Amino acid sequence: MASPIEQFQVKPIIPAINFTNSSLFMVGAAAVIVGGLLYATRKKALIPGRAQSVAEILHDFVANTLTDTTGREGMKFFPFVFSLFMFVLTANLLGMIPGFFTTTSQIVVTFALAFLVIGTVIVYGFVAHGLHFLHLFTPSGVPGWLLPFITVIEIISFLSRPISLSLRLFANMLAGHIALKVFGGFVVSLGTAGIGIALLSPLPLLMAVGLTALEFLVAALQAYVFTVLTCIYLNDALHPGH
Amino acid sequence: MAQAQTTQAGTEAHGGAHAADATFPPFATETFAGQLIWLAITFVLLYTLLSKLVLPRLSGIIENRRSLIAKDLDEAAAMKIRAEEAGTAYEKALTEAKGRAQALAQETRAKLAAESDAKRKSLEADLNKRLAESEATIASKKTEAMSHVRGIAAETATAIVERITGKAPAKQAVEAALDQTKA
Repeated sequence: MASPIEQFQVKPIIPAINFTNSSLFMVGAAAVIVGGLLYATRKKALIPGRAQSVAEILHDFVANTLTDTTGREGMKFFPFVFSLFMFVLTANLLGMIPGFFTTTSQIVVTFALAFLVIGTVIVYGFVAHGLHFLHLFTPSGVPGWLLPFITVIEIISFLSRPISLSLRLFANMLAGHIALKVFGGFVVSLGTAGIGIALLSPLPLLMAVGLTALEFLVAALQAYVFTVLTCIYLNDALHPGH
Repeated sequence: MAQAQTTQAGTEAHGGAHAADATFPPFATETFAGQLIWLAITFVLLYTLLSKLVLPRLSGIIENRRSLIAKDLDEAAAMKIRAEEAGTAYEKALTEAKGRAQALAQETRAKLAAESDAKRKSLEADLNKRLAESEATIASKKTEAMSHVRGIAAETATAIVERITGKAPAKQAVEAALDQTKA
């Protein structure tokens, strides 16, 4: 029986180009997103069918999340936010299929995505507002003697954003998959432990079923949380000094 | 055996090291470079395809529907205004027609009344004339009849006297008697 963390093992598939199972599922997620959305919108129907409805709901959901936080001008980041949301969501959900690799349970992947978000915020903030972007760290209406402390706190909180953003997604996916595997392992262990104890094995099975449902929720919820936080950070780049 | 593995699994889940794989897989730094390269390739490709191909198509569908609905609503509003205008025009025409009909009825009634009045008057005048004529005729006939009465009385008296006495009385005597009776 495999150990619960074996599922996170990155295994090479084509070593020459560093193509691993992690790479495979990144490419797979992108292919599922692009292929699925193109398939769903192939008819460009005025009255959408089921697939097109799903595509439109995803579009409107991300668009609403973005505009609710950043206003209309945030729509210039829409392709970016939509790509992020779809990538995280699809990678999370693909990971729910037994035997599939969960790309988002790799901290290097989640950290890279978080760094991309913060990098976008910093670059766009300075390009669009110049040094005015630094007002982000000096909130208005703060008494003068308090300003240095507040500025330090603001800077620390800004720097901790990529860490919290990446760790939250990583830890959720990691913990969920470990828990699933551990309870799955319990079923087998109890089942093979002897006549009397084997009768207890349905209990962890029930737990695993419940956890599976919970993990689907977490997969979607963490993609949403990642997106909402991205929107909030982008709002800082669009409107610093708020 | 199985229990031993479960225990081992528990230890590993808590981040415990194992002889075979010393590092926890997500923290195996030697895999980072490869994953980052593939993530960069994948995400750039995904972003490009989505922003250049998929999202314009999807937004186009949604925008197209939105504008079509807005256009239809505008058309419906315009049609409603036109319908209301037509309604008002109809009401106006109806009121006008009613007024005209009333005026016409009034006029006709007045004309008919005047006509019948005139007819009645001429009829009355005719009747009065005829009445007067008849009265005149009656009066003349009466006078004529009255003038005959004396002759008849005289003849009757002569005949009576002749029957009683066997001899016709003198004309002057009858006349005198008649004058006496009359007086």
